[in-house]
Amino acid sequence: MNPLRLLRLIARTGRFAEPAPPAPTPATGTPVPHALRGSVQVRHVDTGSCNGCEIEIGAAFGGVYDVERYGARLVASPRHADVLAVTGVVTHNMVEPLLRTVEATPRPRLVVAIGDCAHNCGLFAGAYGVAGSVSDFVDVDVEVPGCPPRPEAIVEALRRVTGR
Amino acid sequence: MTAVGGLLTAFTLTALAVVLAIVVPARQRSLASGGASLGVGVAGILTGVAAITSSPTAVVVIPVALPAGIGIDPLLLSPTPLGGVFCVVVGGVGAVAALYGMGYAHGPAASRTGWSAFAVFLLGMLLVASAGDVVSFLLGWETMAIASTVLLLADHAARPAVRSAAVWYAVMTHLSFLSLATGFALLASRAHSTTFTTIAAAHVTGPTGIAAFLALLLGFATKAGLVPLHVWLPRAHPEAPSHVSAVMSAAMVKLGVYGIIVLTSTWLPEVSRWFSLLVLALGVLSGAYGILQASITSDLKRLLAYSTTENVGLAVTAVGVGMLLANADQGPVADVALVAALLLVVSHAAFKTVLFLGAGTILQATGERDLDRLGGLIRTHPVTTWTFGIAAMGAAALPVTSGFAAEWTLLQALVHGDGRANTTLALALPVTLGLMALTIGLGLLTFVKAFGTAFLARPRSEAAASPAPEFTARPSSAARGLAQVIGAAAVIGLGLAVGPVATTFSSVLGYSGTVTSELGGLRLVTIGVLDPYALALVGLGLALPVALLVLVIRRRVPRRQTDVAWGCGGVRTSPRMEYTATSYAEPLVRVFGEALRPTRSLEVSHLEEDHVLENRVAFAQEVTDIVEDRWYAPAASWLRVVGDQARRVQNGSIHRYLGFSFAALVLVLVVTLS
Amino acid sequence: MTATLLVLWQMVVATAFTPLLVGVMRQVRARLEGRVGPGVLQPYRDVRKLLAKEPLRAEGSSLLLIAAPLVLLTSSLMVVALVPLVTTATVPAVPNDLFVVVSILLIGTVALALLGLDAGTAFGGMGSSRHMMIAALVEPTVLMSVYALSVPVGSSTLSKIVVARGADVSRVVTPAGLLAVVALVVVVLAETGRLPVDNPSTHLELTMIHESMILESAGRDLAWLEVGSWLRLTALLGLVVNLALPWGLASDGAPIGLLVAVAALVAKVLVAGALVAAAEVFMAKVRLFKVPELLAGSFVLAFLAVTASYLAG
Repeated sequence: MNPLRLLRLIARTGRFAEPAPPAPTPATGTPVPHALRGSVQVRHVDTGSCNGCEIEIGAAFGGVYDVERYGARLVASPRHADVLAVTGVVTHNMVEPLLRTVEATPRPRLVVAIGDCAHNCGLFAGAYGVAGSVSDFVDVDVEVPGCPPRPEAIVEALRRVTGR
Repeated sequence: MTAVGGLLTAFTLTALAVVLAIVVPARQRSLASGGASLGVGVAGILTGVAAITSSPTAVVVIPVALPAGIGIDPLLLSPTPLGGVFCVVVGGVGAVAALYGMGYAHGPAASRTGWSAFAVFLLGMLLVASAGDVVSFLLGWETMAIASTVLLLADHAARPAVRSAAVWYAVMTHLSFLSLATGFALLASRAHSTTFTTIAAAHVTGPTGIAAFLALLLGFATKAGLVPLHVWLPRAHPEAPSHVSAVMSAAMVKLGVYGIIVLTSTWLPEVSRWFSLLVLALGVLSGAYGILQASITSDLKRLLAYSTTENVGLAVTAVGVGMLLANADQGPVADVALVAALLLVVSHAAFKTVLFLGAGTILQATGERDLDRLGGLIRTHPVTTWTFGIAAMGAAALPVTSGFAAEWTLLQALVHGDGRANTTLALALPVTLGLMALTIGLGLLTFVKAFGTAFLARPRSEAAASPAPEFTARPSSAARGLAQVIGAAAVIGLGLAVGPVATTFSSVLGYSGTVTSELGGLRLVTIGVLDPYALALVGLGLALPVALLVLVIRRRVPRRQTDVAWGCGGVRTSPRMEYTATSYAEPLVRVFGEALRPTRSLEVSHLEEDHVLENRVAFAQEVTDIVEDRWYAPAASWLRVVGDQARRVQNGSIHRYLGFSFAALVLVLVVTLS
Repeated sequence: MTATLLVLWQMVVATAFTPLLVGVMRQVRARLEGRVGPGVLQPYRDVRKLLAKEPLRAEGSSLLLIAAPLVLLTSSLMVVALVPLVTTATVPAVPNDLFVVVSILLIGTVALALLGLDAGTAFGGMGSSRHMMIAALVEPTVLMSVYALSVPVGSSTLSKIVVARGADVSRVVTPAGLLAVVALVVVVLAETGRLPVDNPSTHLELTMIHESMILESAGRDLAWLEVGSWLRLTALLGLVVNLALPWGLASDGAPIGLLVAVAALVAKVLVAGALVAAAEVFMAKVRLFKVPELLAGSFVLAFLAVTASYLAG
């Protein structure tokens, strides 16, 4: 698309992000480390998901829900990350990579389990490839239920971490 | 000590070294003869210093009487101040290499021949730098050539590559000798003397002058390793024992540069004016081509050899720039360029010595020269890591090393040349600057690759995983370590002391006022100032608050040890997945594909039963020197053809041979009687 | 003494301002893409958080993991001290000669490249190799364009060039000057890893150049690396805008002059950064093997600038 058309499209569209919902109440349970207030880097780990949750995470980080405005950002390396967003059941092949990823993340760190599969294996409980749910292998700090969870729910969970 | 005393000491110590090499048994031979060679090097330094600081007074004169009254002046050994600088370079490099060799030489390199040849090699180079007439120059040159060929052949029994390298080297060095002899013969015939001062005073010009200039330039360019006469360098320097490679790269090729400087400034200054662009082109081309080849090779010693071509190219570029600017009547800037040439020579001598000595340590510890199979030596070889690292910084021209100071000076000369009135300058200076910048950039890549692949990360092969320890209880490892540390200190020292060094060079070249030193820094009058101490102080001053900040924070947030590097959580990570030197340079091979012409071969073999499915795929990529492929290989095969044809003349018939003798006699009679 | 204080003032201002520049650039990009964005102060929060995170050290890594970020940060601070941003004064005995500044930048480049190799991963080596290749190919353009700017002035000292250009408007609006500045813009994009040479926000390791060298660093190591890179961006952008619009820099210690200089720098660099960020919205990353063509094009521009400066002078 040539730059002029793109410029016109930008001018016409303006801002399409949804207005920010009211700030969520502080979560009960695991307290969020003070160091992570205002800035959270998220590394996504897919341990055996059907990719439904990934689409919702993509939507959450996209333009419409724009969780970046609350200080969260996706990063490529767990060394750069504060939050590990784990989706899907933990399959046999992904047990060790999940453990290594958590080990590779510097503290203070949080594990956020997104979706019903990460919580209790959802539909796939008992299948031959499934080793367990995320909490069977690592300590989970925040859970986002749903199959798949709505982007608003994911945004709210991350806002609880950043405090914005 | 005077220059004469220094030379006589050098002679004596060489003789002593040879005697010790022959007499002392193998276990102490390296220490004894190496120590004497170390003395030769020190004597060379003292000779040079004496030649620089005092005007040549007493000289060594050896009267020679040849039959039939052939006119040759007495042999003269009187180092000029410029020759003195090169005596210091040769002596310094030789001393450090001898010290290293005392702890390193093994096998054939530590034999009687090996150590005798080493001492004679050093002496030959000193003779060349202090020669005052043609014959002693050529005698020194040939001594140098023969001794280095003998040293090169040290390992020939172990490796076939050594033999072919020695043949290439011997042939090219003797072609250069012939060329020099021709040039000198032409000059001597016109000046009716073989003494350099008389030749210089004769101001030879005209066709003889041009022919002599070209012959001498060809000879010196071959010895210096300038493109396209460089093909022996990447073959010969890697195959020699490492301390010999250091001397060959850091000292011997500099004598080619010495020859070019003396040729253009003293012997044939008028004729040189016509060829300033040729000299500049040779230099720039060597610099760019040399570093390009160095950046893509994964053989460490070959990389260092090509880097020598690059640095000699830079020195000759400086000479060419000086000549060009002098032609355009921009004297002060031309002086700066020539001082830059000497600074480049000296700085390269310092860091190349350390680099080759480091390569020697790596070779001895792991048996590997191939960067693709090295790695992780930072943990087992701290001294080599630090010294190689400092020398690599010097080669990459990073502050505050000697390489940085030298290249800064050359860049100042380039930038301050005024091209506004002069079209040649207006074109030549920017092109030179652009190519020189590319050379600097590729040099950075080359030495990051060399240092990073050899020392960092994890070992890429079994041999590198369990290297021999760096320090044992024996004095040999102390000698090696000390030599490397002295060299690295020289790299930094020359960088910090660039002011006094450049001022010395300026007075050696006979300039005054353009180069001064203030507060230890270098001031180029009306051009610019470089103060390495101030730079270093500013850097340290900024590092201090950063360090304090770090100390405060690390108390509160300590560092955690983990087991593996992040490799996407993979369970099968291995050192095989690291980047190698070949992969590091692969983008460059693609970008410069036209200049490098890599040959690629891809063989796909299919299954017997099914001609669609592939069984085995083999890929090979090789980059060879295109100058060698395009020019030398056809020339060599053409010579072979001519030689085969010429053999037909020798058909065994005695009548034909008698006929040849008769014809030759008739020809001689005709020539002499007419 | 005054000169040293002026330089210190410049460093403090530049260091404090750098995260704001990065925040503004990210915010401009976000707004143009229709998003809300995290706010211009987000980089400050990111650095504060990074300093509170624990750094890691893997088995088999060396001292370089700890030292390289510090070397990068120190070299970036030196560059900020030398380049004329707020003031044209220089530390006594250290004139901000072009080649010295470029060499100090290269120290940072080399430190980063060695860090990538030390990681011992394929990604680190890949980023290191590409990064050094681009640094090598951008060298000629850098030297050539500042050479073009130095010809009318007769000196390669950056302060003198900026002062001379500021004193005479007719020197700024010349073909040589324009060509040189355009070439320098390409250099800045290449050296600081912006589009179209490198995508600073990519998550695909195969497309990374700068990011992949720092994949292994965490906590304060990462903080030094980020701040060091941001400082380089500020210094280079500041240099280019001060060459293009050489007005408003303080030459002595007058307080009014200092405040005006700070305001001028902030305004100029923020506008330049916003323009770069806006341009990034319209561009895609160029294939790695097309980058040399781009850099060769900028070299041709710089060469033309040199010839133009000879003809004009």
